[in-house]
Amino acid sequence: MTRNQFISSLPKNLFAGFVVSLIALPLGLSLAVASGMPATAGIVSAVVGGVVVALLGGSYVTISGPGYSLVVVLLTAVTTLGGGDLFLGYTHTLAAITIAGVLITLLGVLRMGKLAEFFPASAIEGMLAAIGLSLLVKQFPIMLGLEAGDGNPLIKLFKLPFVVTEFVQSAPESASTLAAGLLGIVSLVILLFNSSIRNRYYQQIPSPMWVILLAVGYSYYCQLRGVESPIRPDLFIRLPDSVESMIYHPSFDLINSWGLWSVAITIAVIGSVESLLSIKAVDNLDPQRRRSNANKDLRALGVATAISGFLGGLNVVTVISRSSVNVTQQANNRSSNFFHGVFLLLFILFFSKLLNRVPLSALAAILVYTGYKLAHPLKLVAAAKVGKEQLLILIATSLITLSSNIITGIFLGTLITLLSHFVITRRPLLFLLHLFQPNVLAFKEKDTDSYYVSVKYFCSFLNLFKLKSKLDAIGATKTVVIDFSLCEFVDHSAMQTVENYIASFEKKGGTVSTIGLDLHGASSSHPFAVRNLATENTLGSIEKLFSRRQENLSKMSKEYGWEYCAKNQPIDPSLYQFLFFETKPIVQVYNTLVDPVSNGVVQDIVFNEGEFIARESARVTALTIKLESSIPSFVLDKEGLLDRLNAIAGLGDLTVEGHNYFNRKFHLSGSQPDKIRSLFNKELIFLIESSPIYLIESSGSELLILKKDRLLSPTEVKALVYFGRELIETLACNSISSNREISN
Amino acid sequence: MHEVVRLAEFFDSELILLHVGEKTEEKQKKVSSIVAATAAPSRVSEYHWIPGDPYTTLLDSTESLSIDLLVLGAVQHESLFRFYVGSVARKLTRSVKCSVLLLIKPAVERVACKHVVVSGFKTSTLPNTLFQAFYSAQCLGANKATIVEEIANKSVKVSIDDDRSLIRSLRKKRVLEAEEDRRVAELIAQLPTALTDSISIQKQAIFGKRGYSIGHYAEVTRADLLVMDAPVKTSLLSRVITRDIEFILSDLPSDLLICRAK
Repeated sequence: MTRNQFISSLPKNLFAGFVVSLIALPLGLSLAVASGMPATAGIVSAVVGGVVVALLGGSYVTISGPGYSLVVVLLTAVTTLGGGDLFLGYTHTLAAITIAGVLITLLGVLRMGKLAEFFPASAIEGMLAAIGLSLLVKQFPIMLGLEAGDGNPLIKLFKLPFVVTEFVQSAPESASTLAAGLLGIVSLVILLFNSSIRNRYYQQIPSPMWVILLAVGYSYYCQLRGVESPIRPDLFIRLPDSVESMIYHPSFDLINSWGLWSVAITIAVIGSVESLLSIKAVDNLDPQRRRSNANKDLRALGVATAISGFLGGLNVVTVISRSSVNVTQQANNRSSNFFHGVFLLLFILFFSKLLNRVPLSALAAILVYTGYKLAHPLKLVAAAKVGKEQLLILIATSLITLSSNIITGIFLGTLITLLSHFVITRRPLLFLLHLFQPNVLAFKEKDTDSYYVSVKYFCSFLNLFKLKSKLDAIGATKTVVIDFSLCEFVDHSAMQTVENYIASFEKKGGTVSTIGLDLHGASSSHPFAVRNLATENTLGSIEKLFSRRQENLSKMSKEYGWEYCAKNQPIDPSLYQFLFFETKPIVQVYNTLVDPVSNGVVQDIVFNEGEFIARESARVTALTIKLESSIPSFVLDKEGLLDRLNAIAGLGDLTVEGHNYFNRKFHLSGSQPDKIRSLFNKELIFLIESSPIYLIESSGSELLILKKDRLLSPTEVKALVYFGRELIETLACNSISSNREISN
Repeated sequence: MHEVVRLAEFFDSELILLHVGEKTEEKQKKVSSIVAATAAPSRVSEYHWIPGDPYTTLLDSTESLSIDLLVLGAVQHESLFRFYVGSVARKLTRSVKCSVLLLIKPAVERVACKHVVVSGFKTSTLPNTLFQAFYSAQCLGANKATIVEEIANKSVKVSIDDDRSLIRSLRKKRVLEAEEDRRVAELIAQLPTALTDSISIQKQAIFGKRGYSIGHYAEVTRADLLVMDAPVKTSLLSRVITRDIEFILSDLPSDLLICRAK
């Protein structure tokens, strides 16, 4: 970006930063209060995060500040590390945050930007759901103006209905509880139904800010009527008057204790994972499709966390919801993150009196809403749609997280995922044997600008980073075909990642298509479902379990009026007329597409190479066309593969006069040289030279056309059908003109 | 046996049969009946019956009989146990002094060899390997040879973090690819034209782990023969941390010819 562009985009970023700071203010206050820290701690971390990450970071439109994933961890740390003394616990927790900042910086320096990729998608979902649930149960009583109380979040979850009855019982007696509780409930309603209010002016202000405005407005309403606010003073947030009194410094007394270090490590790992996931997600939102430098961003976040901890703030992470608001407000560089920090600083300096009028119940409502979003019941439904095992992983991970801690939860969740893979494939050796082996081959196909990526053995969260690094090295403007036919098992995380790549390549003008998954059994009809080659026969109808390629083929057929059938077809013996299949027993024919215009049939054909071979069978997508009038039989191929077969049949290489390029590039042979030469006129040769083919074979009454020596992606199938039509037309013209010659 | 005799015919060479174990009437009968059933029984010039441990016996005899090419049968996929302990075939491959041909699918009827994949990795013996590769391709009647230039990702020296480094790395890769293509083209030009004439030669640069990529490539292109340079001596450690030729030995994609310069 040039300097001028940067300056001209400043106003836009300034405004985006302002809007984001409106959300960051209530969120920062509430996250800090929920963590058991002074309310300003959240603001400190957002200010430091905004400024430091904007200056040092490697992403473009992300916003950094306090995150929700560690609220529970921090709260526990504050209460336990101080041995009951909350202030002491706070300063010790600050020490842990500072150490965590150094650790995160180290992770960035060690280029651990792919750390987040080693956790399976469903386990992460489960962890987030658990974080959401514990936020919800912790804040729900506070929202109703009651005491939060301690205890296991899992038990509290079951006691949630009792909290409501407690509120109903105590509200009529205490005006404070009633007012605070009603304010909390109204705030929650505003947040829940925010998106259904379709007023342009209303939507200008983000919903958390409406909550703050409502709370402040209520307080002024009481003041105007000349009555004291009914809410007890200890249910309000208290902000210090001066900047100096907001700043606390960590105490490193416990530096030698494991308790402090375990908190620091948890913050470093979970904070990094949260940030990395957000960075990836925000990259997909960026209208300019830039790729963030995750390692550089991680280093910046580490530095920011360390500084924030040193100044009394929470840890700094990249936050998805604030970042997405930033994108919708048309921010286009890091300056908006910087401005968001600056605005927050201004707010806290000039409006701290005003903010002191906000009761805790309103802030708790914001967190209850956040928790509800994280642990939304629809997430369970979504996981169940992908497969029963995903639901199991999600629920197990969240239960473990709730009953122990985040780190144990995510690691056991990962382990459960691995075990589920063992059970699904019934072959743990498949994973153990090839775990550390490279399994991805990527190369640029000669003559074309497309890349071919083949994956072997298995592809799951364990080795997904290998596939990702290959795909990352290609560049999203290219055409990529990913072949899973040698891959026996593809897990949910891998399917989801590939889907993300498909989306991001499409946005940048490239394409990614997957082939070789059609024969894999799937655990459900969901596009991200686990694919396993071992279960192919047990699942019956494959129509319900369409792979993405099959879906595209079927869509394409509807669009162009072709008939499509995914099921296995009886093997047509006429295929054996072709020399190509003469020595190749056909095992299976499926994914049949009939084009009524050219009468052509596109099929995926599985065949063995030679009778005695114990080698895996090969697959091609072939177009066969029954001809109306017969033509001489011939074989035309680019690589002379069938030369040997022809030599046996007594056929030699034919040349067509005057077409040197064609002669050099293609091998043509057949038993009637003169007729073939007259068939290959200018138009036909022009057509063949201009579109890449692998093989054309004529058996006299039928044509076999192969475009590549493998299965084709849907776009390639389209090109193949088009080529078939052109070829038929050219041949028809040929026969008319040759007939005319004869009659002349 | 059919396969081996056919190979001898193609290479126009003498065949020495080595049987490790006691010589008995019964076995002898069986062997001679098998040989008689092959296409060219006269190719078999000598029979040797040497009792003892297969590995050491074969290793010693290849040297004492000054053998040019050792032909071995091998299973395609190595099991976990075998991977660390090693089958006789693979152990021999690692340690014999002559060239080795590993067959994964010997057939009674001939299956035509059409596509040969050759490793173009830069070593001092590469010219010889290319010569042998094309010589075998010629003898076996293959009409297509692909020379795979494996380029280590490390040599790109650009780590991809964002769009700018991606563009730099792609540019660097293009340069490396052109360099490799030129290097291999020069080597091919030095070969006698009689060897290279009738074979369509392709070059394919692959960025990836050395030794692994070529095996995977041979598998996806369904090559019939893979030709590699002889490995530098390997130890058990290199099986623990798999590298180079061990990738291919643990998971043979096709028949494998390992060339050692005499």
